[in-house]
Parts: sequence; C-alpha cells; structure tokens
Amino acid sequence: MAITPPQFLLHHDGDNVAVAMEDLEPGTLHGRSVKQGTESTAVLNHAIPLGHKFALTDLAEGDAIIKYGIKVGLASANIKKGDYIHTHNMRSYRWEASRA
Amino acid sequence: MGSKPRLTGYRRQNGTMGIRNHVIILPLDDLSNAAAEAVAKVIPGTLALPHAFGRLQFGEDLELTFQTLIGTGRNPNVAAVVVIGIEPKWTQKVADGIATTGKPVAAFSIEGKGDLQVIADASRVAAMFLQDASELQREEAEIGDMIMSIKCGESDTTSGLGSCPTTSQAVDRWVAAGGTVFFGETSELTGGEHLIAERCIDDACRNLFQTTYDNYIKVIESTGANLLGSQPTQGNIAGGLTTIEEKALGNIAKTGSVPVVGVLKPAQEPDPKKKGLYFMDTSSAAAECVTLMAAAGAVIHLFPTGQGNVIGNPIIPVLKLTANIKTARSMKEHMDLDVSGLLRYEYDLTKAGDMMMDVIDRTVNGRLCTAEVMGHREYTFTKLYISA
Repeated sequence: MAITPPQFLLHHDGDNVAVAMEDLEPGTLHGRSVKQGTESTAVLNHAIPLGHKFALTDLAEGDAIIKYGIKVGLASANIKKGDYIHTHNMRSYRWEASRA
Repeated sequence: MGSKPRLTGYRRQNGTMGIRNHVIILPLDDLSNAAAEAVAKVIPGTLALPHAFGRLQFGEDLELTFQTLIGTGRNPNVAAVVVIGIEPKWTQKVADGIATTGKPVAAFSIEGKGDLQVIADASRVAAMFLQDASELQREEAEIGDMIMSIKCGESDTTSGLGSCPTTSQAVDRWVAAGGTVFFGETSELTGGEHLIAERCIDDACRNLFQTTYDNYIKVIESTGANLLGSQPTQGNIAGGLTTIEEKALGNIAKTGSVPVVGVLKPAQEPDPKKKGLYFMDTSSAAAECVTLMAAAGAVIHLFPTGQGNVIGNPIIPVLKLTANIKTARSMKEHMDLDVSGLLRYEYDLTKAGDMMMDVIDRTVNGRLCTAEVMGHREYTFTKLYISA
C-alpha cells in the first residue's frame, strides 16, 4: 500500500481528538481516520509525544470528548483546536473522583 | 506425502489438548513454597509455582484459592502434579480436584515430617513423573481442542489502534475455527460495557454479564477513591490514555466481533461443549487475570501492550504484541510480534492477523515465547477479602 505514514490518526470521522503517531512538533500535520480512511490535515499548537492526543475542534469545559465515535470523557477546561489533551484538561465522566 | 499437521499438542487423559508438557510442584500455601522450590532444584525440569496465600482464607475467597490451585493442576499444559502443603487435609483436597482429569498427582504434607523428609519423598515422585512425561508425544491438534485467553496491559493509545485490533483478528479466526476464547478485565469495560452487553447471545447471558459488571464496579465506586494512576495506570497515562472510558474502548477493541456465549466466574472452566467467546469476571491486573484464565483451562494467551508489559505465566505461553514502535525497539526481548507497521499503513489488518496467527501456530507447536525465554512466570492469586 503506497500510503504516506500518517502523523496522526483518529478512530472515526467525527472524533474530536486525534492521536500522535510520532513525537510531534507544533505545525500543520497530515493524518487519516482508521474507520473510514478519510485523509485530513490539522494544526497542532504544542509539541506532544507519540500516542498522546490533541483537539480537532474547540471545546468548552464540560463538552464531551469523542474517540471511537463514542464519549470517552469530558473537557475539564476550555480547550482550543490544536491543543494538547490529557489529564490536565480532560476527565472521566463515569468516575468523577478520578481527576488530576 | 504425509504433510506435517498444522498444529500439534499433548492429548491428556480426559481428552483436553495441551501445548506444553510441564510437571509442576504446586504448594498449597505460602509455608510450603520453600519445599516446593527445593524439589524443583533437586529435579531440574520440574517447575515450582510459589505463591503468597492459602492460609486462613474462608468462604468465597478460600473457594477461589482452591479453584485457582486445582485449575492450575488441571490445565492441559500440565502433565503431572506434586502438591505440597503444610497439613494433609487441604493438600489432599487440591490433589483430588486435579486427579479427576486422570493425570498423575501426588500429595505431600510437612507437619510431623519437616521439609527435608518431604523434599526427599516428593523428589522421588517428581523424578518419576518427569520421566513419564518426557515420553509423551505430540499429536495433531485442532483449534477446537484448545482455549485461548486475551488480556492487554500497560496499554496506550497505540493498543486501541493496532495491537488490540490485531488480537481481534485472532479471536474471530480462533472462534470461527471452533475454538474458545476468554476475555475479562471487568472494571476495564467501563464506558463501553454496553458494547459487550449487546454482543451477549441471549438475555440470560446479558443479565449475568450486567450483574457481574455492576457488582464489581459497585465495590470500586463505593471506595470513592481517585483511581487515576491505578485504573488507568501510571503507564497508561504516560502512554497518552486519559480516562477509564478511553482505555476501555481500546480494551474492547481486542475482543473480536463474535458473540459472547457465556459469563464465567474467576477461574471457572467453561462448558466444554459450548465453544466461543466467554467473558470472565477478573481483575485487570495482568498476572492475576492470566493466572485465573490459565486456571480455567486456557493453554495460550495473547497480550497486546503499548508501553511494554513484561508478563509471563508459569504454565501457559503469553504472547506479547505491540503497535508502539518505541516499545517494539526498546523492549524487543519481551515482544513476540511488532505490528507498528499497521499504523504506518505498511500492511492492513488482515495481514497483521496473518502475522499473529503465524506466531500463534509456531508457539502452539512448541516455539518458546519471549516470556518463557526470559523466565517470566508470574503466578498471582486474586484475593477477594481479608483472611480470618
């Protein structure tokens, strides 16, 4: 398969977070969705390591974080498109006591 | 020309099929570890399985310890068992539970004799068991004869993208070929438990699954604890996983697409006539979970990892695979399969599944997995509550 290795992957079209496929520096990146194979570009605001996530849309505190096409948590702060997402700005909606 | 059978194994007296041929020295309790380990030193080639429990347990917790010990001895990868305990009654109970398989079992107890006498007596029997086991021949095996178990660990976001979907391929192919698969990790379904419930074959199965899940979660949630660092683990978080829900969906990504045919208690053997995918109620801690699944009869385990778990088991091969290229490179000696190329689109999921099945076939046929080579033999009991 002659596909350029993607710099980020999202599971489903419509997910609002993507996963870094290498250690990434801020800038414009190319990626694709695993399920549908849709190619896309995104701008990353911070350097993030392989496997970590960034936002594909602006999110307000309390908004659902969608991955695999399913809610996997809530924004615990306002998040800008392209921002790094982890325990500092995202939390479980099932286990409310579980937070950084 | 007689082509070699694709898969081979050891047919046990009760018809089950093993892929290893261990003679184990099984301590009933922590006090008997020293004697069991001494026997395994006197008779190299036998394998001692030291563990931390077996004293003053009671009720359901005691029953689970018995079930774990007996199930370990009953596992088809085990040819013969020497049980050593501090006193004769529970020692004999474990030996009797194993003996119904028809395999050779002997029981020894320490009180009134001392370690040295027991080591001498047990070593003579262990030597005989080992010689007898060495004469057993491999014969043609079918996937339908064997149980595979799956559990992931030190997962990261690459697990849900690569190593877990690859495992899914193996699960679907194993079940399609008439085999049985166990998955577990009850708390690690949180946020995706509805996906498992939807896959249960009937209402009875679905209700049992839901009750089992709810009961486990009730215990965890009733503590009110902040689980960040425990579930997800610090390793998960270092790998980019943020919440239990995110981790759960990656976990579920390894369970294939086949229906869930039954729900098992920890270490419970499935109905041998009912093949397919079973959910087992287990901890998500790697060694506890694999120990319980081996005690229920799994003969081979698939273990997708992201950040690099090093787990093995004394009696069943634990095959570790990763789609994290850093882990594949930095922990090569612990990895049986690198599927990081999947995330670079060097090959597709079907090809990754083919690569997985190739490693499984070779391991079934006797190739040692990395955990066996590295001496990883984690044998860890699940404790349900305090001892008396």
